[in-house]
Amino acid sequence: MLLKLFLFFLKIGFISFGGGYAVIPMIQHQMSSQSWLTDSEFQEIVTLASMGPGSIATNSATLIGFHIAGIPGAIASTAGIIIPSLIIIVLIAAFFYKFHNNQWVKASFYGLRPIIVALIAYAAIHLGLQSGKAFAPSWATIMTFVICGASAFALIKYKVHPFTVIVAAGIAGIILF
Amino acid sequence: MLQQLRMLFPLFWTFFRIGPATFGGGYAMISLIEHETVTKRRWLDDQELSDLVSIAGSAPGGVGVNAAAFIGYRMAGITGAVISIIGITLPTFLIILGLSFLYMNLDGNPKVAAAMKGIQAAVIALILSAAYRMAKTSLFDLSTVIIAIATLVVLLFTEINPIYAILSGLLIGVVNITVKMLLGLKVRTEKETPQKREDAVYLEYYI
Repeated sequence: MLLKLFLFFLKIGFISFGGGYAVIPMIQHQMSSQSWLTDSEFQEIVTLASMGPGSIATNSATLIGFHIAGIPGAIASTAGIIIPSLIIIVLIAAFFYKFHNNQWVKASFYGLRPIIVALIAYAAIHLGLQSGKAFAPSWATIMTFVICGASAFALIKYKVHPFTVIVAAGIAGIILF
Repeated sequence: MLQQLRMLFPLFWTFFRIGPATFGGGYAMISLIEHETVTKRRWLDDQELSDLVSIAGSAPGGVGVNAAAFIGYRMAGITGAVISIIGITLPTFLIILGLSFLYMNLDGNPKVAAAMKGIQAAVIALILSAAYRMAKTSLFDLSTVIIAIATLVVLLFTEINPIYAILSGLLIGVVNITVKMLLGLKVRTEKETPQKREDAVYLEYYI
C-alpha cells in the first residue's frame, strides 16, 4: 500500500501544474475509482488540508496517506508528490535555465493554462455540489451558499488573507449551523 | 565543497522558517523569499529572483517547494536542493498532522462539525478565487476561452480521468500555435506583461 500511495502521488506530482488546486479532481478521481476514500472523507481531508500552510495538494497527499496507512503512509505520499518538483527543478536549474523563454514551452503553456482554469473551476463546482447536496433548498444549503459567496467576495474584491477568511467561516459555521 | 556543506544549515533554517508562513499558497510567500534570500542574505540578485519566480511558478508542484529547490540547488547542489525542500515541507507536514490528530479527537463534537461546514464553504470560495485569478490572466483570446469552456463541460458531463485534460492541454497549445504560424497569423502565447516590476512578480499568470 505504501508503494501504491508513493507511486500514485509521484504521478500526480509530475503533472501538478497550477500550484496544486488543479490536481484535486485527479486525486478525487483516483480515490473513488480505487475506493481508497469516500467522497465525504475526501471532502473532509481537503477542508483540513486548506487549514494548514503550504499547498492544498501536498497537504491532501499527507492526510490521505495518513488516513490510509498512518504516519508511514503520510511520509510516502508527501515524498511522492514532492520528489517530481525536486527532479524537474534541478534539471531546469542545471540544463535549461532559460527554458521558460523557449517558444515550444510557451506554446504548451498557452494550451495548458485555460485547461488548468477549467480544472480548478471544476474542483470548486464538484466540491460545492457535494456539500450543497444538489441544491435542495434547506437552511444548511442556503447558508453554505451565503458563506461561500461572502468568502469569494472577500477574497477577490477585498483581497482578504485566506487565513482570515477560513477563521471567519469557521465562526460563521458555529453560529449558523 | 566545504563551502557548500557550510551552506546546508542556513538553507534548511531559512526555508524551515518560511514554511509555516506559506499559508494560502504560493504567491503570498514570494515576497517573503525575496526578503530572506535577496535583501537579507544576498543569495540571489534581482534578475535571478525574476527567473526564479517564473520557473518556480511554471514547473509542476507548489511554488514554495519549487523556489526552495531552485535556490538550494544554486547554493549547494543537489544536497542543497534536498535539504531546502525538506526544510520548507517539514513544518507544514507537522502542522497538518497535528491538525488531523486534533480533529480526530474532536470528531463528533457538534461545534467542530459546524465550524468544519463553514470552512468547507470557504474552501470552495478559495478554490473559486484561484480559478478567477488564473482566468483573468490566462484567458485572453477566443481560443483560450473556448478551450477552458470546452474542458469544463467535458469534465462536468463525462467520467473522463482529469489527467487526460492536462496532457491534451500541452498538445492543444503546440498544435494551435503551429497552425497559427502556418496561417501567418500573429502569435501571442501570453498576456502582455506589465512592465512595472512589482506587478510582474505578483502576476498570477505563471502555472
